[in-house]
Amino acid sequence: MPIDSNTWDIEIKPKNKLFDLQLKEVWHYRDLMWLFVKRDFTAQFKQTILGPFWHVVQPALTTIMFLLVFGKIAKIPTDGIAPPAFYMAGLAIWGYFSACFTGTSNTFTSNAGIFGKVYFPRIVTPISIILSNLVKFGIQIALLICIIVYYNFNGFPYHATIHLLYIPLILIVVAGISLGLGIIFSSLTTKYRDFTVLLGFAIQLLMYATPVIYPLSYLQGKSYKWIIDLNPLSSLIEAFKYCIFGKGLVEPYSVLYSVVFMMVSVSLGYIIFNRVEKTFMDTV
Amino acid sequence: MSTVIKVENLSKQYRLGSIGTGSISHDLNRWWHTVRGKENPYLKIGETNDRSTKGNSEYVWSLRDLNFEIEQGDAVGIIGRNGAGKSTLLKILSRVTGPTTGSVKVRGRIASLLEVGTGFHPELSGRENIFLNGAILGMRKHEIQRKFDEIVDFSGVERYIDTPVKRYSSGMYVRLAFAVAAHLESEILIVDEVLAVGDAEFQKKCLGKMQDVNAGEGRTVLFVSHNMNAVNRLCNKGITLHNGGISFEGGIESAVKEYLNLNFSSKKSAIDFEKKVDAEVQLVKAALVKNGSKLDGTILTEDELIIKIDYAVNIPIKQLHLSMFLKNERDEVVFFSDITDHYGKYLKINPGNYQVSLKIPNNILVPSSYTVSFGCVNRDTLKTYHQTDALFFEQIELSQFRFQRPGYLNFPLKWDLKNIEE
Repeated sequence: MPIDSNTWDIEIKPKNKLFDLQLKEVWHYRDLMWLFVKRDFTAQFKQTILGPFWHVVQPALTTIMFLLVFGKIAKIPTDGIAPPAFYMAGLAIWGYFSACFTGTSNTFTSNAGIFGKVYFPRIVTPISIILSNLVKFGIQIALLICIIVYYNFNGFPYHATIHLLYIPLILIVVAGISLGLGIIFSSLTTKYRDFTVLLGFAIQLLMYATPVIYPLSYLQGKSYKWIIDLNPLSSLIEAFKYCIFGKGLVEPYSVLYSVVFMMVSVSLGYIIFNRVEKTFMDTV
Repeated sequence: MSTVIKVENLSKQYRLGSIGTGSISHDLNRWWHTVRGKENPYLKIGETNDRSTKGNSEYVWSLRDLNFEIEQGDAVGIIGRNGAGKSTLLKILSRVTGPTTGSVKVRGRIASLLEVGTGFHPELSGRENIFLNGAILGMRKHEIQRKFDEIVDFSGVERYIDTPVKRYSSGMYVRLAFAVAAHLESEILIVDEVLAVGDAEFQKKCLGKMQDVNAGEGRTVLFVSHNMNAVNRLCNKGITLHNGGISFEGGIESAVKEYLNLNFSSKKSAIDFEKKVDAEVQLVKAALVKNGSKLDGTILTEDELIIKIDYAVNIPIKQLHLSMFLKNERDEVVFFSDITDHYGKYLKINPGNYQVSLKIPNNILVPSSYTVSFGCVNRDTLKTYHQTDALFFEQIELSQFRFQRPGYLNFPLKWDLKNIEE
């Protein structure tokens, strides 16, 4: 231990510095992050027979439902992509966003028990949520691959393109937006629970304002297309589908808009989160 | 010796009542002051945190202007009654919540045990939970791996290590949780009354472990407890908190005395009983006396205690039976005495006022809190007058050797060893 009387390892003050990233500390707790991911995954399916297979059942049934409602009844086109593959791809990436967003937005309220008793960098929790949802996303992608392979031999031949390599980048932007928005909301909900209620239905409505069940090309020339364009997730989900299937309407400026949106929300989120993590125990 | 914790002007304000529409207007007002570069208006108000008196302000100061330093290797007991600010102080020190003003500077890693088993997931096995809990407390994976066998061994639940902890008995759960925490490698350990759980054997083990951590390894320990005997045994320094401020800081024995003085003055060492009109015989008043003066609620084992009781006899009684007994903190009767001890029979008595002084010798009761109950019976009419738990006192032993003397009696025996070979 240092004997020098001027060096202190920890200084506890009323407020954190505005942009104190605590990266060193977060790095120290990387094992905890990993254990949280593992806990989320293993604990969820203890005492179930199907286990992780449940991650597939839900999107599979939703895909069938979408096929019926939007494909057969509403007859919304799918850009010439096999409808099940189209819906599944949209659902997987949308599901990742919404799971991350709702998960991180509950950071403070659902972990109040732990946070109230022991200190670790709070940001570890939302990051671990982002990571553990990645596992679920991976499983759904596996299902998507099965669907694509099946339809490859049944009327929708598949051609992989170099764009597949962009998928990780798209995922990072989606994860960033969900993390940023999630931690902003989590900071707000500590004091005002109104936001929890708001979030519950807002996320459902948001899905319809995102090209999950329809391609962007379907909205070409429609007067309300600007609403969809305003949604930073639109271009990302469209780009995700474009990278997989090579079909879609991806405009560079709207992707740039999404990237900027992510950066702003993450920075803003981090500032607010940093403020709130000090005192949230008194208000939660 | 170097200072490892330095607390400067530490204060913590809490808002009472619930958070609702009122708080948003306060938030806006606060924000508006910040924007104009002014001080937070709500910091000026606020009252001392005395939970029993009704205050006027919505804001209370749970801690107000605390200043103290803790040296490396000290075992510091933080004592005070409920609401004195102990837990708030621990929360700030363990960084669970931030202070309102002031600062704390710390040298070294802090591990805090405000609760055992934080983050235990019921569905995960004991093994998985050891890793999870260890990581939450700030251990790296390889650290836990290295200590894994030691932890399991200490907990004594080896057989159940691969069973989900939701199947554990509460005792096993606590054992496992404490075992993880006990193997933390931090320079400073903060412990909050976790010893209140578990069976006696395990409590002893925990205290022993904490003593090892402090004395054996030279680490700094901060310990909060209501168990004065445990604090007294474990700590060498003490901080007594009262209504959010420090009322004493220094040696542990003096700190404990200060605490007992502050808190047991409200419990009765003397009492005047209500007068009954038609009573044949009745208790008038009773008091505890030590060295000729009224007791302040606590008594050391080496002090002699005198119980003074006044009776009023209203009619002539042929067979009067007076009695008293002591009950310990577990509500067990530890001692009973009545008038036949002295006279060998019930007493024939004329109307009048009477007083008796009962002497309880020193070194006879083990440290505990005791209540004194009185009774008087007219054996002819069987009319009975009781006063249960009328008086209260706390017997304490300032011994450096024992955490507690087990049993009920406190007879120091003469252990005079003689070398029989000479």
